[in-house]
Amino acid sequence: MSAVADASERLYRLRRVKNGIALALAVVATVFGLFWLVWILWTALSNGLSAINGALFTQMTPAPGESGGLLNAFFGSLVMSAMAIAIGAPIGVAAGTYLAEYARKNALGETIRFVNDILLSAPSIVLGLFVYTIVVGPLGHFSGFAGALALALIVIPVVVRTTDEMLQLVPSAMREAALSLGIPQWKMTLQVLYRAALSGIVTGVLLALARISGETAPLLFTALNNQYWSADLSQPLASVPVVIFQYAMSPYDSWHALAWAGAFIVTLFVLLLSLTSRTVLLRKRVAND
Amino acid sequence: MTDLNTPLSNVAATAAPVPSLAGMPAPKLRARGLDFFYGDYRALKNIGLDVPENRVTAIIGPSGCGKSTLLRIFNRIYSIYPKLRATGEVLLDGENVLDPRYPLNRLRSKVGMVFQKPVPFPMSIYDNIAYGIKHYERLSRSEMDARVEQALGHAALWTEVKDKLKQSALGLSGGQQQRLCIARAVALKPEVILFDEPTSALDPIATGKIEQLVEELKSQYTIAIVTHNMQQASRISDYTAFMYLGELIEFGDTTTIFENPKQKMTEDYITGRYG
Repeated sequence: MSAVADASERLYRLRRVKNGIALALAVVATVFGLFWLVWILWTALSNGLSAINGALFTQMTPAPGESGGLLNAFFGSLVMSAMAIAIGAPIGVAAGTYLAEYARKNALGETIRFVNDILLSAPSIVLGLFVYTIVVGPLGHFSGFAGALALALIVIPVVVRTTDEMLQLVPSAMREAALSLGIPQWKMTLQVLYRAALSGIVTGVLLALARISGETAPLLFTALNNQYWSADLSQPLASVPVVIFQYAMSPYDSWHALAWAGAFIVTLFVLLLSLTSRTVLLRKRVAND
Repeated sequence: MTDLNTPLSNVAATAAPVPSLAGMPAPKLRARGLDFFYGDYRALKNIGLDVPENRVTAIIGPSGCGKSTLLRIFNRIYSIYPKLRATGEVLLDGENVLDPRYPLNRLRSKVGMVFQKPVPFPMSIYDNIAYGIKHYERLSRSEMDARVEQALGHAALWTEVKDKLKQSALGLSGGQQQRLCIARAVALKPEVILFDEPTSALDPIATGKIEQLVEELKSQYTIAIVTHNMQQASRISDYTAFMYLGELIEFGDTTTIFENPKQKMTEDYITGRYG
């Protein structure tokens, strides 16, 4: 064998060693991350599962020492999340469409994207304070509407971002094909592009829902809490995250159990949403192949 | 271009000379003094070209010569992108389609286009065809059924898809998808169909079917086709335009262009010396 072949062999072995080291580091990092994740899930599961019973979904949040459930909190969370999506998703989709279809590369579009990204990463407590200042302050009391509004402000940037990105992924050939048939741009966007990007846009909305279902900070300043059953959105409204916060900080064991149960249900809900959005995307990919 | 065609260049003072041939049918589409700009870059230089009615006109030339650019002016599809600009005239039956007053709707219904990559809409096979028709006409269910069948028949796709019209068009093979796109264009009963390298993403068998289809379509439509494939141009076209670096170098009937070109550049390209 020549010297060249020897050198090549040496290089090959060196590459193998480097590959082994890189792989080992990657595996360690993955295991480290997963370890905490599994621990968190396990804690929520083991503590939450034992606290789950029929009363959880039928009774109101109890006073210390009494037994009860989280029905009013579930209701409040559900209503405020639904309202936040109802307000935020259409605005987000419309704004995302504007960015992708009408302001893709111009200065205005880039500016809006930049501002939207700031809003996207803004601490949610800031949004809560903002709504406190413009709604709760002037009205003089906390309310479910203010809570829904604060959550909607979290939904909007998420949906704007995903809608913008998903529409940009639709090949421009699709636009040209539709426009070459004489279809006007608005019609093409509604009937062709939305169809092509639907699963992505829906996924964005689901992710936004997952995000707000665990938000506590914006609700503390807006909806506050309500120990009793209330369906009046102009009054303070209970929500699962705020109840978890309140009960977990308390010295009572029965409240701790309810906090764990609430945490478990929220985690489960987010997990289901993630699974749903993954399935939606996966089905879309299969249909495309 | 001007110096290559000096004998003809006194036809008009500013516009490019337009090669005209004896025995050529009346032109359906005429480009006159056509320039095109990507921002400041001049991609087409003073193009003058006649596209004869009910014939297949191939536009050939090396990559970047402007052949697709030229085709994309004919239905103003370029105008959806910012900073692109065409000056000069493109006359469809004598009317300048580059005039902003020429209704885009009318232009797009008269001039159909088939693209390089087949892009079926994310809907059923039936709806892919019906979608464009619905934009222009109100038809009853049975009338629409007939139109869809007719269009798919014209594109030689009917027998393959007639039992799965309700299925997603995304499930068709690449060649079938491209014929669906042809059917979609034909369904609007256009007068001109533009093909922008319609077979470059297809295998030889699917390519053969598309080529045969183009031959059949020319009895009813005026066809302009951009192609990289010179064999394809020689097989299916009646007239051929050779472009190089944004200029129209030579135009003639296909046999002449391929067997006896007048310009040295054309000959070099045809014989594979560059491009």
